[in-house]
Amino acid sequence: MAGQAISQDKAAARRRWLLLVPALTILIFAASGPLLITLVYSFLAPGDFGGVEWEFSTDAWFNVILQRDIFEDTLGWSDAHLSIFWRSVKLSLMTTLVCLILGFPTAYFIATRPKSQRELWMLLIIIPFWTNLLIRTFAILELIRNEGTVNTVLIGLGVIDEPIQMLFTEFAIIIGMVYVYLPLMVLPIYASMERLNFSLVEAGYDLYATRFQVLRRVILPLVKPGVIAGSILVFVPSLGAYVTPRVMGGGNQLMIGNLIELQFGQGRNWPLGAALSITLLAIVMVALILYVRAVGDDEVRHG
Amino acid sequence: MAERGFDIRRQTGFTTIAMACFFMLYMPIILLVVYSFNAGSSIAIWEGFSWRWYVSAWDNEQVQEATVRSLIIAVCAAGISTTVAVLAALATTRTRKFKGQSVVFAMINQPLMVPEIVTAVALLIFFAMIKVATGYTGLLYLIMAHSAFCIPFAYLPIRARLQGMDLSLEQAAADLYATPYQVFRRITLPQLWPGILAGAMLAFVISLDDVVITEFVKSAGQDTLPTYMLGQLRRVVTPEINAISTVLLAISVTLVIAFTILSKRKT
Repeated sequence: MAGQAISQDKAAARRRWLLLVPALTILIFAASGPLLITLVYSFLAPGDFGGVEWEFSTDAWFNVILQRDIFEDTLGWSDAHLSIFWRSVKLSLMTTLVCLILGFPTAYFIATRPKSQRELWMLLIIIPFWTNLLIRTFAILELIRNEGTVNTVLIGLGVIDEPIQMLFTEFAIIIGMVYVYLPLMVLPIYASMERLNFSLVEAGYDLYATRFQVLRRVILPLVKPGVIAGSILVFVPSLGAYVTPRVMGGGNQLMIGNLIELQFGQGRNWPLGAALSITLLAIVMVALILYVRAVGDDEVRHG
Repeated sequence: MAERGFDIRRQTGFTTIAMACFFMLYMPIILLVVYSFNAGSSIAIWEGFSWRWYVSAWDNEQVQEATVRSLIIAVCAAGISTTVAVLAALATTRTRKFKGQSVVFAMINQPLMVPEIVTAVALLIFFAMIKVATGYTGLLYLIMAHSAFCIPFAYLPIRARLQGMDLSLEQAAADLYATPYQVFRRITLPQLWPGILAGAMLAFVISLDDVVITEFVKSAGQDTLPTYMLGQLRRVVTPEINAISTVLLAISVTLVIAFTILSKRKT
């Protein structure tokens, strides 16, 4: 009997791996494998016309944040890279904050609708989310460009004489990213708000708490996992954003994604591009690990 | 006691912000659609209704080629990713915990966690090596890349459906000496169809909309609709782009609504 069970187990295990082989093959070939090669490339020397020379070099990693002055041969901080990193983190944090300020009340609003209406409101959040990111960025672009809707309307109303330059600024990037990633904030907050037991809210009011106190002391702690999840879901793609800063920020407001692209295009420094990619990936992974920790702890506390 | 008529769920200002959010989400899209019907070539000054930009997009050879290319890639990628996702979902829901399970999950979800630009340059590097070695520069690279990042989108709804399915039917079939293949073909697959269709639709939309990875992987002259649009944004923008966007938008909205209905359906 025992022998038969073991051989059955082995057959099941074999079948399982057979079923996984097609998916894993594609993923190794077009996801995990290329990522490993990128890591290898970051330790090679750049080729003359893009590509790499196959010799070990840590120059790319030095260049991520340091630069050598060619005239004086001294090492200094790479101001260009550091300012782009800083801008990426700053704009991503601001995007996350604005999304939270707009998304939390929206999720709360949907969660407090009658059950029959909630699905419709959620569909209204989901539709833009599945709409092509480029199209949404483009829609915002049309709104805020110099000849765009906002300026045309304001000039038409006589509020301003000259169009306001909104495009190609950090403001434009934030607007664009908020617009694109807002649904990612609403969805997880709504998910945890939907499970919220409103009799706890009622109990709060019965104990003479004000609306604000109930919000801060009862609701917020209970939906915290959703808030953290939403913030991560907005922060991570913002940090790696490529299309939105390219369209909205123009050539002067680069973010990490655009810096990476530059190294593969005009910069012709593939190892540096590879090292920057791995750096971005590392920052994202740290954020994800922090998220798992935060939500994990929270689940323990609230049982 | 709360006073009568006191709505405990209301928070001051929340409804206003929510309404502002919905307005903000839809106004730009609606304007985009409206101006795709503009008779003039401005995207801000309305000059009357016309189909001319749809006609001009339809007659534009580059747009035609990009559309065909986009559809070929999306159909192939959706087909491949859904097929392998069904197999992978069966392997991960119908068996006990196994060694390497977390690695498998990490690999399947990798495209969701790794920033798109990082995946894009990784593929650029890897495929550039293969292109040099083999000389092949066809569409297969794009199909492979799209299949890979579509896998988690196909996998998640299929796995969710498998997990929600009653196991007793499959067990009964197995007790009646059905082979694993017969169980799958006769019992599991018929129940799984809505999940498979939902997964395939998501994969199709995701592939159709991708711009970053395509931009980096494509060889010369392999524009898809999104990369064509991205290229056009650098030049003078006419409502032709709005017209193309509107068509893509209509496809996405239709598929997402179908997806929502499918993933709710019980059997």
